[in-house]
Amino acid sequence: MASVKDVFKSLTLGELVSGLTVTARALFAPKTTVLYPEEKTPRSPRFRGMHALRRHPDGTERCVGCKLCEAACPAAAITIEIAPNERGERKTTRYEIDMNKCIFCGFCVEACPVDAIVETRFHEYCVESRAGLVWTKDRLLDNGARREEEIARDLARDMKYR
Amino acid sequence: MRVIDDVLAFVLGGLGSRVFGAMWPNVFIALVTLVKIACIVAPLMLSMAYLTLLERKIIGWMQARLGPNRVGPFGLAQPFADGLKLLFKEIVIPSGADKWVFLAAPVFAIAPALAAWAVVPFDDGLVLADVNAGLLTLMAITSIGVYGVVLAGWSSNSRYAFLGGMRSAAQLISYEVAMGLALIVVVMVSNSLNLGDIVRSQGKGLFANAGFSVLSWNWLPLFPVFIVYLVSIVAETNRAPFDMAEGESEIIGFHLEYSGLAFALFYMAEYASMILCSTLAALLFLGGWLSPFGFLPDGFHWLLVKVFVILTGFLWIRATFPRYRYDQVMRLGWKVFIPITLLWTLVVGAWMMSPWSVWK
Repeated sequence: MASVKDVFKSLTLGELVSGLTVTARALFAPKTTVLYPEEKTPRSPRFRGMHALRRHPDGTERCVGCKLCEAACPAAAITIEIAPNERGERKTTRYEIDMNKCIFCGFCVEACPVDAIVETRFHEYCVESRAGLVWTKDRLLDNGARREEEIARDLARDMKYR
Repeated sequence: MRVIDDVLAFVLGGLGSRVFGAMWPNVFIALVTLVKIACIVAPLMLSMAYLTLLERKIIGWMQARLGPNRVGPFGLAQPFADGLKLLFKEIVIPSGADKWVFLAAPVFAIAPALAAWAVVPFDDGLVLADVNAGLLTLMAITSIGVYGVVLAGWSSNSRYAFLGGMRSAAQLISYEVAMGLALIVVVMVSNSLNLGDIVRSQGKGLFANAGFSVLSWNWLPLFPVFIVYLVSIVAETNRAPFDMAEGESEIIGFHLEYSGLAFALFYMAEYASMILCSTLAALLFLGGWLSPFGFLPDGFHWLLVKVFVILTGFLWIRATFPRYRYDQVMRLGWKVFIPITLLWTLVVGAWMMSPWSVWK
């Protein structure tokens, strides 16, 4: 008897219609697609994107050449050379991060005693050669100068958890 | 259609009779027919192209996506980008393939879907060939499409394509039976094989006289047959959930070895037959160019609206249901649809003979 009932139930196409209503509702539901180059998803202040070297407000470099980041780097991506500057301060002459090696762990940022090396929210830095992935001191300082406001705000927001 | 005759006669009349002499009337008819064919096929090709876009858009919306929107405003140039891409791709002919059959098969697939438009009336009297047995002609022409499938599967020299071709051919033939039986019921009630007459017969009846033509159309008194026909055309055009022919995720089908423009032809054939079958459904069951209510004028636009609704239904079904297993497809065709249509043929026959017949 039950099977006869099932046959008639299937002939009414009830289940198919309820399936169709689900998709019909979805047709008018809001869409979740983010149109990437025009729209972007919000990023955390802790986002680990492109590195940057920061300067003091007076324009001098924050980095004191302690090499703690070089030591902390698990991928050995950071290369630092130091020499005293004209005022006798210990400063870097070379500060390079090889992005072929970097794993974006953020240990360099944690190791830095003077908040000189940070990771910014910027992540759209694709290049066409491996050589282009070795970021020199100039590029890192430039990135820091460009985004100093954002970096300072992100660090301040994160400060209470550190 | 008559306008084309007059315009061409006016433009070419003098020159034509001087060049061709006594042959001119024959040449003129051929010329006029070619122009008419172009007038039907060109918009058809365009709507095929935009049907692919509509499909991707609607399925996208139903999956909370946006669908293609990068090429041109709202992605409106997407079909041309796709076509151009396929045009520039290489047509790979497998070693050991029967080259000429391999290349002829896509033509066999698309030609019937285009040729069948000859007997389709777009408005009262607006038809390329007003054949007496239009419906029969149409069935005969569209049946040739099966050859495309079989030949493509056979000539590819590939086991997958061969088995896919066999599978698809069996599916097409099975559903053609159910479809043919559904059409027999329509022919019974409208007492004609001419598509124009079938549409005109739907404009008469109790409800049509009361101004509700929409209730006099065949879909209501023949409702089970209408549903069977709708599902059959989904299966007949190899669309999801009966797209065993494509089956891209598990059992690949007969056009496995095709690439480039040859593949595009199969693709176009699928969409052309979708539009054809939808038009046929609109003509046979939804009153073609007739307006749904008495106070609105009849016209070509009603046919367009009806075809659009049925085509959207195709896409809706594709976005909703998972693919049938092959034996389930065959079971549905032979053990459900054919008995239902046979039964309804009997019911309608008895109904027509009874005093309560609505088709007198």
